[in-house]
Formats: sequence, C-alpha cells, structure tokens
Amino acid sequence: MPLLDARDVHGGYGGMNILNGVNMSIEADEIGVIVGPNGAGKSTMLKAVFGLLHVSQGEILLRGEPIHNLPPNKLVQKGMGFVPQEYNVFPSLTVKENLQMGAYLKPGNVKRMLSRIYEFFPPLYDKRHQPAGELSGGQRQMVAMGRALMAEPEVLLLDEPTAGLSPLYMNEIFERVKEVNAAGVGILMVEQNAKQALAIADKGFVLAAGQNRFTDTGAALLADPEVAKSFLGG
Amino acid sequence: MSTTRTDTVAAPRRFPLREVILFVVLLAAVLGVYGMMGSAYSTRMLVEASCYAILALGLTIQWGYAGQFNAGVMGFVALGGFCAMFFSVPVNDAFWDSSLPGELGVVLAYIVGAAVVVFGASRLDRIGVPKKLRTVITVVLAVVLYLVVISAFRGVADQIESQAGFIGGLGLPAWVGWIVGGALAGGVGYFIGHICLGLRSDYLAIATIGIAEIIKAFLKNSDWLTRGTATVSPLPWPVPGPAEVGFTLARAMYLSVTAVMIAAIFFLLHRAYHAPWGRMIRAIRDNEISSAAMGKDINKRRLEIFVLGCILMGIGGAVLASFNSLFDPQGYLPLNHTFLVLVMVILGGPGNNLGTIFGAVAVYIIWLMSEPLALFLMELAVHFGESTFGWDAPASMDSRALQARVFVIGLLITLVLRFAPKGLLPEKTKHVD
Amino acid sequence: MNELVFFINNVVIAGCVAGSIYAIGAVGVTLIFSIMRFAHFAHGDMMTFGAFMVLLLTTLFPQAGAAIGIPTPLIMLPFAMALTAVLAVGIDRAFYKPLRAHGVKPIVMVIASLGVTLMLQGLIRLFAGTGGESLYVDDRKEIFRIPLPIEGVRVPVVITEPQIYLFALTLISVVALHFFLSRSRLGKAMRAMSDNPALAQASGINTNTIVAVTWVIAGGLAAIAGTLLSLDVTFKPDLSFFLLLPIFAAAIVGGVGHPYGAIAGGFVVGFAETLAVFNWGILLRPFRDSLPEWLAQAGNLAFVGTEYKIVVPFFILVAILVWRPTGIFKGKVI
Repeated sequence: MPLLDARDVHGGYGGMNILNGVNMSIEADEIGVIVGPNGAGKSTMLKAVFGLLHVSQGEILLRGEPIHNLPPNKLVQKGMGFVPQEYNVFPSLTVKENLQMGAYLKPGNVKRMLSRIYEFFPPLYDKRHQPAGELSGGQRQMVAMGRALMAEPEVLLLDEPTAGLSPLYMNEIFERVKEVNAAGVGILMVEQNAKQALAIADKGFVLAAGQNRFTDTGAALLADPEVAKSFLGG
Repeated sequence: MSTTRTDTVAAPRRFPLREVILFVVLLAAVLGVYGMMGSAYSTRMLVEASCYAILALGLTIQWGYAGQFNAGVMGFVALGGFCAMFFSVPVNDAFWDSSLPGELGVVLAYIVGAAVVVFGASRLDRIGVPKKLRTVITVVLAVVLYLVVISAFRGVADQIESQAGFIGGLGLPAWVGWIVGGALAGGVGYFIGHICLGLRSDYLAIATIGIAEIIKAFLKNSDWLTRGTATVSPLPWPVPGPAEVGFTLARAMYLSVTAVMIAAIFFLLHRAYHAPWGRMIRAIRDNEISSAAMGKDINKRRLEIFVLGCILMGIGGAVLASFNSLFDPQGYLPLNHTFLVLVMVILGGPGNNLGTIFGAVAVYIIWLMSEPLALFLMELAVHFGESTFGWDAPASMDSRALQARVFVIGLLITLVLRFAPKGLLPEKTKHVD
Repeated sequence: MNELVFFINNVVIAGCVAGSIYAIGAVGVTLIFSIMRFAHFAHGDMMTFGAFMVLLLTTLFPQAGAAIGIPTPLIMLPFAMALTAVLAVGIDRAFYKPLRAHGVKPIVMVIASLGVTLMLQGLIRLFAGTGGESLYVDDRKEIFRIPLPIEGVRVPVVITEPQIYLFALTLISVVALHFFLSRSRLGKAMRAMSDNPALAQASGINTNTIVAVTWVIAGGLAAIAGTLLSLDVTFKPDLSFFLLLPIFAAAIVGGVGHPYGAIAGGFVVGFAETLAVFNWGILLRPFRDSLPEWLAQAGNLAFVGTEYKIVVPFFILVAILVWRPTGIFKGKVI
C-alpha cells in the first residue's frame, strides 16, 4: 500500500479549478518531487494534500485512509507535516519555541525530538534562544523543517524549500532532505530547482495545466530528452 | 479573465421593484405617523429625518464608497451645530462694548505668535543647530509658551464668563453658519484623515471616536464661547419661524429647504459616483494594491472622500441645530449622533445614496416611535411586577427604559452586519468583463 | 517640601493608579488584536460589566469579606472575572465568530464590536441605572496617611486601601501573564498564532481553542481593571468611551500585539494624564520670593484642565501615529 496516494484530484479556489486530475503516489521510504512550469498547480497540489484547498473530485489516501478535505490539525495528528514556502516560522518565538510548537499535539515528543532535531540541524542548537525572525534564510528553512519534524510525521510536505536560498544553502537543504528521508520519513516536495530536486527523487511528477504530464522515477525523468527540453531548460 | 462571484453580481435590472416597494412602505409609514401624531409633530420628524439623511449621506460616502469607518460622526455634527449657533445668534453687546474683545484679541495674537516661535524653533536645524538640540529647544519652548499662553487665555475666558456671559454670536444669516460649519468639520476631517488614512482602518475609528469626545468636551466646557451646559437658544431660522406662520407651515418651509439641499447633494454625489473620480474611489476600496500599482494616488483620493464626508456631516449638524433652535453641547451623544447614523447607513445600503436616504428616514421614524413604545413596555413590566410580586420599582424607570433602545441599536448593528451586510438596497456593483 | 508630597500624592500615586488600570485594559485589547486582528471596541464595557458583577455579588453577600478580613468586593472579584470571561466567550460565539467565518474585513469586526458595546451599555444601564455607586457596600474604605519624618512637612502621603490592592493585583496579573505567555504550552501557542495563524494551524494548534482562551484572559483582565477602577472611585456605568481612548492609546504606544508594550504604554498614558492635569504652579510656590512677578502670579499652571483630560491620550495617540505608528516597542501589524 503506498504511503500517500492521490487519485484524479480536482480542486481550486472559488469555483476556478486549478487541478484537473492529478495522480501521484509515493511509498514510505521515497522522495517524491513535483516540478513543472509556473501556474501548473504544483503548490496548489501540495495544499490540496494538506487540506488547505477544497478537493472537489478524486481522493487522497494516507496509508489507504481517505484524508482529503480534512482540516490541517487532523492531518498533523494522522502523521503529516507541512512546511509552507513563505512565512514558515514564528518570527517572534525563539528557535526552541518554534520547534516546541511543532510537537504541540504530541507534548511527550518534545524532549526526545528536540535533541534529534539539533542533531539534524546543528546550527539550530547554538541559536535555540534566538527569535527565529532574526535567522538567515537557510537557517529559517531548517527551523521550518525541524518544526514539522517535531511531530514525527510519516510524510513531510515541502513547498519549495530552497526558494530564494544561495546555492550553498540549497545543497545543504537537499542534503538534509535526503537524511530526513533516510530516517524513514516519506517526502513530497515542490521544487523550482528541478534538476537538483529530481536528482534526489525516487518519484518525479511533472505537472502542466493542473495535470500529470510525465510521471516516472527521478532518474528516468532527468534522462528523458523531452522532459529536459520542455521543463528543465534544455 | 472573467471571474464572477455570486455576491457582487447585480441581476440585470429592468424595473426597480425593490426600491418602489420599500419607498411605498416608507410613505405609508410617514402617512401613518401623520394620521396618529398630527401634522406639526410629523413635519418636525420629517425635517429631523432629512437632517439625518444629510449626515447619513456623509457617512455613506466614507463607509460605502471608500470603506473608511468614521466612528465619531457626533463630533462633526457638534462642530456644525456650534457654527450654526455662533454665526446666527444675535451679537452680544455686553461683550463687544467692554474691553474684553481687545483682551481676547491680544491673547489670540499671543497664541499665533507662540505657534510661530515654536514652528521656527522646529526649523532651527536648517541654520546649523544640531537636530537633538533643536528638538530639546522646540519641546521646552513649546511647553513654556503653552503654559504662558494658556494661563493668559484662562484669565480672559474667566473674565468673559463673569462679565458678559459668553461672547455671543455674529448675527449673520443661518446659512453662513451652515457653510462655515461644513468647512470647519472638513478641516478637522482633513487633520484626522491626514494622520490616519495611510494606516490600518481601525486607527481611523479610534481617532474619530477620540476627536468626537474632545470636540464635545471642548464645546461643553468652553462657557465663554458656547455657554456650555447653559445652552444657547433660540437660533434663528433661514425661513419664517413658527411664531410668524404657525408650526406646520414653518416646519414645512424648513423641510423644503432641507429637501432642496438633499436633492442637490444627491445629484452631485450621483454625478461624482459615476464619474472617473468615483470609479477610482471604488477601485481603491475594492483593491487597494492594484490601484496603487496602476499609479493612483491612493492617500489623496482617500483624504478627499473623507473630508467630503465630514463636510456633509458638518452641514447636516448645522442644519439640525438651527432647526432645533437650540445649541446644547451636552445633547450630543454617541448613540444619537454616531450610531443612529451608522444604523441608517448599513441598514439602508452603504454606498447606495437612495438606500441611505431610505435608511435615514425609516430608521428615524422607528427611533422616534420606539421612545413611547419603550416607556409603555417598561410601564407594563413595572405594573406587572408590582401587582404580581409586590416589586418596588426604582424611581429612575423612565431613563432606564430608554437604555433599552441603546441595546436595540447595538443588536441591530450586529444583526445587519451578519445577515444583511449590504443593506436593504445594496450598492449596484457593475462588472465590466 | 509640602509641595513635593503634594506632587507625590497627585502625580506619582495617581499616575500609578491610572497607569495600572490602563495597562491591564490595554493588555486585553492588544491580545485580542494579536489573535483576531481587530480593535475590540467593546473592551471598556467588558470592564464595566466586570465591575458591575462585583457590585451585584457584593450587594448580595455584603458580609462575605468580613469573615476573612479583606473587603468583600475583592472576594467577589474571581467570580466576576469568571462571569466576564464567560460573557466574552459568549459574545465571541454569538457575534464575532460568524463574521470571522465569513471572512469579513477587520473593520467590519470593529463595527460589530461597537454594536456589542451598545448592547452591553444598554443592558448594564438598564439594570444598574446611570448613577454612580460605591463598591464598598458594607466595608469601609481605609485611608492611610503616612506622615514623612522630615522637619516641616505637614502633609502626609495619602494612599487608600483599594490603591494598595490595585498595585498588588496589577503586579500579580503582569507576572502571571508573563509566565503564561513565556512558559506554558497554551501561552506559547497563543504567541505562535499571533505571529502566524496559518502556520499555527499547520502545526496542529486548534485556533478555536486559542481564540477562546484569548477571550477568557481578556475578559478576566477586563473584570480586574474595571473593578479596580470602580474600587478606587465609584462604579459608573457610562465610562466606556472615556476608557476606550486611553486604553487604545496605551496599546498603540506599546506597539499593537505586544503585551509588555501595552503595560508600558498604560503607564505612559496614565502618567501623562496626571502630569498634564497637575498644577505645576504648586511646585513653584516655595520659590515664590525669588521668581519674577508674572510667573509667581500665575495661578493655574496645569497643561489641561481635568475636564479636558481626554485630550491627553488623544494627543499621545496622534503623536505616536505620526512619528512611530508601530509603537515604542515595534508592534507587529499596522
């Protein structure tokens, strides 16, 4: 049974459909990457998975259990974590408090998970008493991912985790994503930096106009000349 | 891209059925009041309702056209009322024949002088004084000069009160005061708007509540200028008064004046609303960011509309005070002069001038009729309580019964916001696809 | 020296009293703003409601305090806080929540809160009348006159019993609030929601719970502020509009959405008021002989008369909006 399975998902804002039948499924130990041109519905799909957008048709299953149109806090309880692209930390809370908020529904986790997160993201340990708003972009992204991991999710949704970061930080974040995945967390992420993202992806989903255009393993998509020509900039 | 949201699309209109029905009902209500209460009372009610309609038009362009919430209508009304009083009341010879005008003039000159000095000090950095030192000098000068001037002023004000009562009026025709009242209210509106309109809309509400209370406090306590709680009456009318032609006729003539004013305001607003200026105002209200992106000077347009609304409130307040023939600063209450107007606007239809006028007249009739009704119900309750439980009702029952109306107005505001946010006659939003 | 004692009585103590009350009120306003993003204009009437509940309970059980030895109104305060908290949550459920669900603009919420103001005002006056009443139904207001051990000082420092309770309760409230916000799980969640509501929701924080908790705290604090104000003077049902301006000025001075700023802002506004109405001529009196005549003659050197006290918070409000709209401590949202 796939960890996360989306079948023929339709949805959008205020009667306007942005998603017109998206299919994607990832297994428990996989990294899935959604790429595609602007306006293809990549982030919208992620929001639909996390219950931030009304799914009008189709279904989304988490370990076989339908979860579409559940409110986000229910999804967190069911083992899903979400890292938005922007505004993904609590700027006036300290790093530690940000992480604590991640385990809001599982207060028992806090002690154990805090030390694990600090192991994953060592820079955060030194800055744990600083307000998250004062951190650099890359460190903020770490706080955001750490926050989502505090609840020990089975699957982590990442919306463009490397947007606006310098290449150095970008690689760092991709490394962390791989490590998180290796620790047993399924990943579904949207990325603009398609080549690097597909390079670490088990599954790749190329969306265009709210539909799957290509669906394959990351390596196969990278190798596909047609994908390369139309979506990876040559 | 043509996105249509169900809540803003007006159905294609052939015959304004809703308007006609509502106005027929309103007419029936007015005729009913005439039948029950007699023509003198009912005409007075209509004149007051028409004054309120001017206030409501002022609020509807602020709130309905531009989304600015003015929570201090009372202050602008009071300013208008003060001007109506000051310009039309006969000249007080006891004041002008004494040496007081000269002394008052000297103090006023001091005030101007002090203001100039402080302003000059605030510009000292232009001639090389360090900024911090300039700030210190300015603040110290301002404090000292303020204390000096204000104590001189208090002295003169006390003398005026003890020797002449108050400075009296200018004895000019009523309409002069109406115009100046509008201008003064507009000026205060400019001051407030200039500070608040660039900020969150809540700040405007707070500031207008504040300025309204301050204006009232000033008018109430400046006995030298307004006689304060002693009130000033009678105020002359621009038309022959009741003493000359009888109550009904005099009030009817006054009504014709206010009706002409409303028609003129209505016509001008209608033109402005459909002119490019009005479109721009609404564009700013509906989508501030894209309007700014299109290069529109948002804050200037906003200020224009806010000042215009305040001017109308000032005029309405002046006309109302003249009609009541009484200037009583204590009579200005947030309930009667801010929230009643608010209910008229949101119930009638913010942004819809016709709806606003309908709301003004309808709500005013209900408001007037609710007073005897509240007293009646209270009496009934007291009677019931006395006969059944031997309850000893407090003596202040009458004043308490009127508090029930405060509750009803509050309830009405919350209910309308929830269930009919666009009012009975919604603004007709055209969508150009 | 007598003049200095006079200054202490009229400015220092009075400023602390006003400052405490404004601070507690402003904290509630700023908390509501940071969670629900609108200026809650019914706050003044929630304060009045709390004080009215104390009055009601004290009238019902006037002897309750004598048994323990503290004034009855203070015994009744926790109950009044609970009642006001229930009222606040109820008001939110009945009037604000449906509007929030509709996604209306904040200013519509402001208007709704004005509607609630009128409803509360109407109800309170319907039952309490419009006159003032003392909360000390059966107790006696102790007044402490503390003579200063200095030669030639005849005027004692005057402080009343309710003022001492006022300072103590303010201190307790502030400390308790601090620990709640910085240590407790719920308090941190509240700050998180004020920072970023969407992310708070994505973290699994139940925003409805936080909203309810906010109202409970704001209602409880409003009851404290209203009761302390009424203890210090008398219970007056029609204070609300006069309280609104200083409280909002305090919240904005401190930076909206910033609880500690609101406390500081409350004291700034409180002291500004008492300093402005204080007759500075009194402090000049000891130097009467060495001053130029025109200055020695000046009778009343107060900045504004007591009847214009409301000008002071307004002036502060305007000044802060012009020069630093985010407040002294940077507020979150303008």
